Amino acid sequence: MNAAQYKTWDEFMEGVWRQNPVFVMVLGMCPTLAVTVSAINAISMGVATLFVLVCSCGLVSLMRKLTPKEVRIAVYIVIIATFVTAVDYAIQAISLALYDALGAFIQLIVVNCIILGRAEAHAAKNPPLPAMINAAGMGVGFTIGLLALGVVREILGAGTLFGVALFGAGFQPWVIMVLPPGGFFVLGAWLLLFSWWARRKAGLPAKEATPHV
Amino acid sequence: MSESAFQIFVNALLANNFVLAMFLGLCPFLGVSGKLDTAFPMGVATTFVMLVASLCAYGLNLLLTAFHLEFLRLISYIVIIASAVQLVEMVLKKYSPALFRALGIYLPLITTNCAVLGVALFQTAREYDFVQSVTFSIGGGAGFTLALVLMASVRERLTLSNVPDLAQGTALSLMLAGILSLSFMGFAGLGG
Repeated sequence: MNAAQYKTWDEFMEGVWRQNPVFVMVLGMCPTLAVTVSAINAISMGVATLFVLVCSCGLVSLMRKLTPKEVRIAVYIVIIATFVTAVDYAIQAISLALYDALGAFIQLIVVNCIILGRAEAHAAKNPPLPAMINAAGMGVGFTIGLLALGVVREILGAGTLFGVALFGAGFQPWVIMVLPPGGFFVLGAWLLLFSWWARRKAGLPAKEATPHV
Repeated sequence: MSESAFQIFVNALLANNFVLAMFLGLCPFLGVSGKLDTAFPMGVATTFVMLVASLCAYGLNLLLTAFHLEFLRLISYIVIIASAVQLVEMVLKKYSPALFRALGIYLPLITTNCAVLGVALFQTAREYDFVQSVTFSIGGGAGFTLALVLMASVRERLTLSNVPDLAQGTALSLMLAGILSLSFMGFAGLGG
C-alpha cells in the first residue's frame, strides 16, 4: 500500500472502528434499538442508512461552496429527506414484508443524527471523494453495530439466526430479548464489554470501584 | 377508526410510551436526563413542538393528498418541524432567557428528535382524524416528558451511589432505561 491508499483506508476505518457510531459515539440510537429484533432487519436497516449516508454526503460535499452558511442545516435536511424518500419507495418495491417489518423507521432515517453529523462535520469541508469514503466507513460501522445487536437479540429471543433455527425443539426462547427492554439491555451489555476491553488494553485494573461524589 | 380519543391518549402515554416502548427520541432521553431541572422543561418544549407539528402535518397531509403529491410528505414534514422548533426557540428566548440558556444545544436538536417526526408519520400512517391527531400528539408528548422525568430522578439519586468505573456513563443509562422499559411493559393492553 502506498501513502495515498493508506490514507484512504485510514479514513474508511475511522468510522468502522475508532469512531464507530453505535459503540463509540452512541449516535443514532432510535433505529439501532427499534429494528434490531432480527439479524436480517438489522442488515437491511444498516444498508439503507449506508446508502443515504454516502449519497447525501456526496451531494452535500458537491454543493459545499454554493450553500450559504445560515441555511446549511435546512439544505442538508432536504437533501437527506430526498434520498430517504427514494430508499423508502425502493424497499417498498423490493420486499413488502421487509417494508412492514421496518415500518416508520425507514422514513425516520431522516432524523438519524449520524447522517446530519457527518454532513456537518465532514462532508461540508471536504471534496466529494473523501467525504463519500468517510461516510461509507461510518455506514459500515453502523451496520456492524446493528448486526451485533440483531444477532444477539435474534439468537436469544427467538433461537434463530437469519431465520434458521439454531437449537433443538427443546429451546425455550428468551422472549424479553425481542421486546423493547431487551434492546436496552443488549446495547448496555455491548458497551460494558467494549469499555472493559478498552480499559484492559490501556492496562488499567477493571474491577476497582471508585466513589465519584 | 374505532379508537376513542381517550384510548389513544392512554396508549401513547403509557402502553406504547414513545421512549420506552417505541424507541423514539432516545438522544434527548439519554442526553438531557441528567438533571430534573432541565428534564421537565425539555419535555414540555418537546410536547409543544409535537403539538404544533401534528397540527401542521394534519393540514399539510390534506393538501398533499388533494394534489396527489404524497411523495413530498417526508420533505415537507421535516421543513415544518424545523420551522416549529425555530418558533419555540424565539418564544423561549423572549420570555425565559434563563431556560433558553439551560437547554442550550438540545433546543435546536428537537428538530432531529425522531419522536416529533414520529408523531407526524404515525398519525398519517394510521389515518387519524383531527381530534385523534391532537390527542395522539399530546399523549405522546406527555409520555416523553414522563419518561424523561423518571429517568432524571433516578439518575439524580445515582450520582450519590458507588458505581463501578466500568459501568459509568451510557452503559449504565441504558441498563436503567431497560429496567424502566420493563416496568412500562406492565401497562400493556391498558388502552384496549
